[in-house]
Amino acid sequence: MSTTPAQQFLRDAATKSADLAHRNIIRHNMESYDTAHLKGRGRFKDWEAARRKCQEIKREAVNHLDKYLLQFEEKVIAHGGHVFWAADGAEACAYIADLAARNSVKTVVKSKSMVTEEIHLAAALEKIGITVWETDLGEYIVQLRNEPPYHIVTPAMHLNRQQIGELFKEKLGESVPNDDPGQLVALARRKLRQAFFDAEMGISGANFIVADSGVVAISTNEGNGRLTTSVPRIHVAVTGIEKVIPRLEDLATLWPVLATSGTGQPITTYSTMIGGPRRPGEADGPEEFHVVLLDNGRSNLLGNAEEREVLHCIRCGACLNICPVYRNIGGHTYATTYPGPIGSVLTPHLRGQEFAHLSQASSLCGACTSVCPVNINLHHQLLHNRHDAVKTGGTKFSERTVFRLWRTAMQHPQLYALGGWVARKTLRLLYGVGLSGSVLDPMRVWSRKRSPVPLPSQSFRARWKKDLGRNIGNR
Amino acid sequence: MPRKVSLFVPCFVDQLQPEVAVDTVRVLRRIGCEVNFPQDQTCCGQPGFNTGYWNEARPCAERFLRVFKDAETIVCPSGSCTTMVRNFYPELLASSSSHDEAIALGQRTFELSEFLVKVAGVTDVGATFPHTVTYHASCHGLRELKLRDEPLQLLRSVKGLKLVDLLRFDECCGFGGTFATKFESISVAMGVSKAESIAVTGAEFVTAIDPSCLMHVQGILGKRKDRAQAIHLASILAREA
Repeated sequence: MSTTPAQQFLRDAATKSADLAHRNIIRHNMESYDTAHLKGRGRFKDWEAARRKCQEIKREAVNHLDKYLLQFEEKVIAHGGHVFWAADGAEACAYIADLAARNSVKTVVKSKSMVTEEIHLAAALEKIGITVWETDLGEYIVQLRNEPPYHIVTPAMHLNRQQIGELFKEKLGESVPNDDPGQLVALARRKLRQAFFDAEMGISGANFIVADSGVVAISTNEGNGRLTTSVPRIHVAVTGIEKVIPRLEDLATLWPVLATSGTGQPITTYSTMIGGPRRPGEADGPEEFHVVLLDNGRSNLLGNAEEREVLHCIRCGACLNICPVYRNIGGHTYATTYPGPIGSVLTPHLRGQEFAHLSQASSLCGACTSVCPVNINLHHQLLHNRHDAVKTGGTKFSERTVFRLWRTAMQHPQLYALGGWVARKTLRLLYGVGLSGSVLDPMRVWSRKRSPVPLPSQSFRARWKKDLGRNIGNR
Repeated sequence: MPRKVSLFVPCFVDQLQPEVAVDTVRVLRRIGCEVNFPQDQTCCGQPGFNTGYWNEARPCAERFLRVFKDAETIVCPSGSCTTMVRNFYPELLASSSSHDEAIALGQRTFELSEFLVKVAGVTDVGATFPHTVTYHASCHGLRELKLRDEPLQLLRSVKGLKLVDLLRFDECCGFGGTFATKFESISVAMGVSKAESIAVTGAEFVTAIDPSCLMHVQGILGKRKDRAQAIHLASILAREA
């Protein structure tokens, strides 16, 4: 029998949460982020107002997606670009592969894009013989390791410089003294710089696409986004349909909020707006400009009024960074393109109930919701997903039975009291002979790694019933 | 100040930690409240609701509305169960005829520290507890009910009590209801992080406003044979010289 994603998740979670070296790297990186994020928020006169404003912009865009996407398309075409509407990943990959084949593309450079990870674009292009270079440093590192990104903003967060030094030595054949970070970056830059000039096609994602101006907005910290979108002859921007925003001026709020939530920066180092291919008389820029608008399950979510706000996400990664589950199990354990709270909320919608376990893998602490820059009620959305799983019959028979019995017992106070008494009595007997945490202990999943729950001889209601509580605290 | 208070005792407090409810009664009576305990109450429905069984949880919510229909003020020694009533009943009963009633009931249901500080206007309840204590902010109390300072104000007024700061005081302890058993390894890892932070403070006690978090934290502390003990805020406030 093959392993289900849920079983694999449980195994990997157990391994990772016991891996103290991993935990220390993540904790160290997250603490640097926490400090920068706190300082970054402090630069805003009113951070909460900025969050509400971003929420309003995204709500307006998502609620009128039909209008804004068409407006965006019209502008891109008017600028001489092409727009392709892809229903799913296969359609998007086929369009891009076909475009590459028609233009005899041999080398592709990519800037960082989670949506291309979602549709496995690099693999699709490599299958037809194209060499694909990830040009974001973190992405380049995980590509060399043949791994998916660990985090949606910082793909190689799980590695320290020694590990990166080892990797470069092995894959690039050059070693760097003391794994000096500056020299490691310089080595990667030398390799990547040549790729930019070799590539016939550059593929980027989009942080936002702007309806009123037909502009694709991209933020990077390494400048690789600008090279990817301007040096090769063809530029393809791949984006989810939910990335559209109504007006260019909305970037004035969204960009700083995204940068602050992503890394704590006031603004990302390179904020680029791309409006189409090179025009007559212009010195540089691509000859062809294509935008691939990807649905891939998003319009199903759009059709659900209660859960639609999940499409507001601007992929800043703040919810991953604060999440105590993410901090313990890390990004790869989720086995999804989007890990962390947003991934747990989004993935069952994009990939089906096979990923419903992720919505259960949360203590519902709400830390994610407290930092989301567009105010998505993430932990409430996890509850909605759990409800969806029950509604569609995706839960275990045993669990359904337990909750039916529970419902009945809770409607009859005497039955509830009796049930509680029997359970306590039974456990007291078992624990009395030292069977706590053993295979005979029905609470062993609790008591294997925790001391047993307290088992008083008398419940509160029993005590109250004797004299209506007169013996408590009355002097 | 409301004199008549109806006690809402979460099911696991009733069954597993009755002393938390007893101490809640002691504190309320000491500040002059008349306390009654509607004996037909069972569970607020949170376990079912949180696991996705909304149809199974709904009768619990409806029952709660009936049992506490005439209650003027409802007080509960749990931030999480208060959250269920105030924040989630309106959602659970959204398309029911009791929706308005659920909203109104949520407005007169209070977590204990919230009731003492914001409703009764009391921060010194006359308690004495000569020990070093650190405070863990339970998630639902902090993020759903927005209770940040209320428990601290109460603790600062306890005679003899030395309050020490807890690193990452607002990070989840890892309980999360069925999460604790469905995802044992993650839950325990989160609990151990919490226990390590507690150990650094050197405190004799860790307190919080949620008995479920404390049961989990105590489970971890007990297994590790750590020095600190988990104790509910009500039990500190109930102590007298």
